[in-house]
Amino acid sequence: MGLLAFKARMIQVEQKTKGTAHKEHRASERDADSLFVHFPENEPLELDCGTSLSPFTLAYQTYGTLNEDATNAILVCHALTGDQHVANPHPVTGKPGWWETMVGPGKPINTDRYFIICANHLGGCLGSTGPTAPNPATGKPYGLDFPVITIADMVRAQARLIDYLGIDQLFSVVGGSMGGMQVLEWASTLGSRVFTAIPIATGARHSSQNIAFHEVGRQAVMADPDWRSGRYLDEGKQPRKGLAVARMAAHITYLSDEALHRKFGRNLQDREEITFGFDADFQVESYLRHQGYTFVDRFDANSYLFMTRAMDYFDLAADHGGELAKAFEATNTRFCCVSFTSDWLFPTEEMRAVVQALNAVAANVSFVEIETDNGHDSFLLNEPELFDAVSGFLSAAARTRGLSAPAQTRDEEV
Amino acid sequence: MNVNSNSQSTRVDLLLLADMVKPGTRVLDVGCGDGALLRILAETRDVDARGIEIVQSNVNQCVAAGLSVVQGDADTDLINYPDNAFEYAILSQTIQATRRPFDVLEQLLRIGKSAIVSFPNFGHWRIRSQIMFRGRMPVTQNLSYDWYDTPNIHFCTIKDFIAMCEELEAKVVSSVALNAQGQRLGLKIPFPMQNLLGQQAIFQLSRG
Repeated sequence: MGLLAFKARMIQVEQKTKGTAHKEHRASERDADSLFVHFPENEPLELDCGTSLSPFTLAYQTYGTLNEDATNAILVCHALTGDQHVANPHPVTGKPGWWETMVGPGKPINTDRYFIICANHLGGCLGSTGPTAPNPATGKPYGLDFPVITIADMVRAQARLIDYLGIDQLFSVVGGSMGGMQVLEWASTLGSRVFTAIPIATGARHSSQNIAFHEVGRQAVMADPDWRSGRYLDEGKQPRKGLAVARMAAHITYLSDEALHRKFGRNLQDREEITFGFDADFQVESYLRHQGYTFVDRFDANSYLFMTRAMDYFDLAADHGGELAKAFEATNTRFCCVSFTSDWLFPTEEMRAVVQALNAVAANVSFVEIETDNGHDSFLLNEPELFDAVSGFLSAAARTRGLSAPAQTRDEEV
Repeated sequence: MNVNSNSQSTRVDLLLLADMVKPGTRVLDVGCGDGALLRILAETRDVDARGIEIVQSNVNQCVAAGLSVVQGDADTDLINYPDNAFEYAILSQTIQATRRPFDVLEQLLRIGKSAIVSFPNFGHWRIRSQIMFRGRMPVTQNLSYDWYDTPNIHFCTIKDFIAMCEELEAKVVSSVALNAQGQRLGLKIPFPMQNLLGQQAIFQLSRG
């Protein structure tokens, strides 16, 4: 017992040292290489589907510095097709990190104050073990032999990473959409390890309509002849067209009618008149095709199947005898729930159900609905009210948690 | 929704109200408006203070200021809270804006071990005289709305409020009448005079 505790402490110290060294390295080169943690065969991950996974690897990024007591860590959970590159240029596309509006020095999730962690989800395709990883049984990529994983499985894997980093309790778990589902799962099953939770544009279950859209996407992938029953990697193929169509359909659900009208209307693309053909006459068509074709360069088709399935299976109330409040019984976590008026993928009502469940257990909860026409994707965009809510909520919680304010904002805090 | 329009007197009444709250307790402010009372409670009473507010922009402002507030309606959303969830459930200058004040107060007494209610007193002599002599619905400094656009739909006098408490079998733990400036009326003023001279009142109630 004493020896174990000592060992754990040593790992913690090593991690902290490592984290610091890594940060300096990144500051000078701004490189986008991920960190990796490998869990060997003798540390399998038990999965909801009844099997276990081993070995497995998680790829992750960190920003900022973990404090002495390891109390300032924030886990960011990425969305369906996101990845660990929250606030650094993407290694494949070269584009800025997907949440640089929210995460960075002086930003609401302030890297001067907090230690931010984001891991590529289990089943993902950017370094964490997923269907593209080699199956130890065959030496070939898992493909569809990868076990069907759930949101809870992803969270269990993240918890392993948090253990590895020597963090007992996360100061916050934050995420939008599928990331928000993980936030709720964390708060529900690992509540004592979560000081604050910020679920954004999400719900406690995937609705029938959402499952329906995902099914369209999966069928598009599987209808592509290059999908080869999921064994396309063995044959050096990629179901690019199917995956692009899946992305196009999904992308519509991330926007709103108003936003599409505002951006594109019925405007024509590089032409004066309609062509009486099936080229992308309209700007909106051209935009969607672009979204589809650029997506396939950075995402694996099988991984898309697994990720969408995980969301479909998520139903927190069902896991608790149909009563959502039971998922949060005796919680001490502070919640800040955020929804957007034009989000029709996760409408405010879905979040309100979560808030009502939290009220039913007298949880400490804030609930902000933000008026915008940017649809579901609002959480990734420039929404000042979102930043104000997250920043205000985190600062107040940080004071309660006794985290010191960063030097440059200390004056404002007083 | 805090619908008292005179911010200065509200401030004083909030301080008086905050004085009724024991430090270190759990408090729900129903209709917390811009969070003025929550802030006072958090700063001076070291309480775990939460709020419900119907106007979304107020909610967003509160959360950005670090207060725990949810968007909700006192008339419909209090049923979600468990019994005895809070030491105090507060309804500050809000009861007159609810659709079912009786039910709201009943809920308040269920979820709070103690309920604190402050409201504008419609029995004040100035209000009485406006109807008496002008024959018009009263418009005062504290109640500045015209009858057709007022959010205040259920006015009562101090006497009316006490009658409702009796019907609810609620026990009045303490009560205080306030003048136009939000200050406590002199203690020596007998009760019928309080209903005449008090512009606002604060009641602390418990289940009977």
